[in-house]
Amino acid sequence: MTSPISPDAAGGITARHQAALNAGRFLIQRCGGCQQHVYYPRELCPHCGSGDLALVAPAGTGTVYSVTTVRRKPEAGGDLNVSLVDLDEGVRLMSRVEGVPASDVRIGQRVQARVLQREGADALVVFDAVQGA
Amino acid sequence: MSDWKQLRGKAAIAGVATFGCGEAPGYTDMELLAISARQAVADAGLKMSDIDGLCTASAGATMWAMPVVEHLGIRPSYIDSTMVGGSSFIAHLLPAMHALESGQCNAVLVCYGSTQRTATFGRKEVGLSRRFLDPQPYEHPYEPMMPLSAYALAAARHMHQYGTTRRQLAEVAVAARQWAQKNPEAFMRDPLTIDDVLKARMVSDPLSVRDACLVTDGGGAYVLVRADRAKDLPRKPVYVLGNGTAVWNRQISSMHDLTVTAAKDSGAAAYAMAGLAPKDIDVLELYDAFTINVLLFLEDLGFCKKGEAGAFVENGAIAPGGRLPVNTNGGGLSCVHPGMYGIFALIEGVRQLRGECGERQIAGAKTALAHGNGGTLSSQSTAILGLAETL
Repeated sequence: MTSPISPDAAGGITARHQAALNAGRFLIQRCGGCQQHVYYPRELCPHCGSGDLALVAPAGTGTVYSVTTVRRKPEAGGDLNVSLVDLDEGVRLMSRVEGVPASDVRIGQRVQARVLQREGADALVVFDAVQGA
Repeated sequence: MSDWKQLRGKAAIAGVATFGCGEAPGYTDMELLAISARQAVADAGLKMSDIDGLCTASAGATMWAMPVVEHLGIRPSYIDSTMVGGSSFIAHLLPAMHALESGQCNAVLVCYGSTQRTATFGRKEVGLSRRFLDPQPYEHPYEPMMPLSAYALAAARHMHQYGTTRRQLAEVAVAARQWAQKNPEAFMRDPLTIDDVLKARMVSDPLSVRDACLVTDGGGAYVLVRADRAKDLPRKPVYVLGNGTAVWNRQISSMHDLTVTAAKDSGAAAYAMAGLAPKDIDVLELYDAFTINVLLFLEDLGFCKKGEAGAFVENGAIAPGGRLPVNTNGGGLSCVHPGMYGIFALIEGVRQLRGECGERQIAGAKTALAHGNGGTLSSQSTAILGLAETL
């Protein structure tokens, strides 16, 4: 599915990707040259060099590729999960898995993307654990 | 010259120096660099006015070559301020060899200084400003503790994929400490046990504070000249037999396989140029920003198979008296780490080949491999050094 975002939207791909995220839509890119998916969003395909990249909606499902718990004092926000997630489309991104204690996130855990809207800051892609997976 | 590999042995390191390693309160980055530079040039039997090539890099100042030229009072015809993080000062070797061989210059000074530990504008401020100067908008919002969390992610993946254990990672830290205890210049020389490492404060799982390098001050410098000139200088020449540099990504989230680094490519290039294989290397200096680095580089540089470095380092195998001497100065984990350690790995390799290492000397060492890492497993540069009999 090609993005509904107007190509006339202001700025480069970073800004357009973020604008979509702020509007609640998580988009990745797909290359018209080599058909591979690309993330983070770029102006050219890192696989084949083509500039023919379309924003598309991923399924949103993925698997935790690696994980760490950043140990922080409670007054600094407490322990924080940082995960690398492989989307089923074959791209990887840094994110975090929410809704479970940071130290419970495991490599191989199936996860589902969610757009987190933040007060006074840009929206962020986070993940929820897929139960029973 | 049609084949870059013909540069093998065409240049030699004629002088080295370190200064202010550990804590150097009251000094600036430039002062540590300048004192190291002056001593390295003197060690080479040269004068500062002989220096007509300069390589340097700074983690803070983007135009660093210019104030260095100014401070040292030199007029170099060759300048390389390529900044690829901690591997920079090893990555500077091959371009400098091209410049020497072509006659563009005759004596290259490679130099570095950092007061990361004692500076008032320290790591915290540099980290915050880097968000603007070196943006990573797809990682920063998730607040990883960089660079440590990146290496933690690599360690977690290596453990998952190959069954590597925290105890095996701890072997690396303990070996480094045992070497440091034989090095008067090392910053941390207290006894350290496997259990100490396992019980140390966790920072970003699975890496504890004892899996992480030191935060010290320090300066380091070396002088590179053509091989024919090195023979007439006072120190035993240490020839550069091979050098290769590789970058595959900047961000850890863009690394294809967290258990395979670009050291595979940098090492292959260095071995090809040197005409040597891992079995020919007598002593290794591997950039150990974190314990996992040593495991990854032992594998990627061919000292064991992928996934087997955990078992390889068990039972003190890389500690003093073990089967393979690794990080004989105590490394970034226990000797010195002012932010970019690469130059210190190279200098220790030179000192080992010169036979200057006292209690930690590897008897009869004729070849050394010094490997630099930069960023978050982002840049890799491998150098292979040898004495005259290896030419």
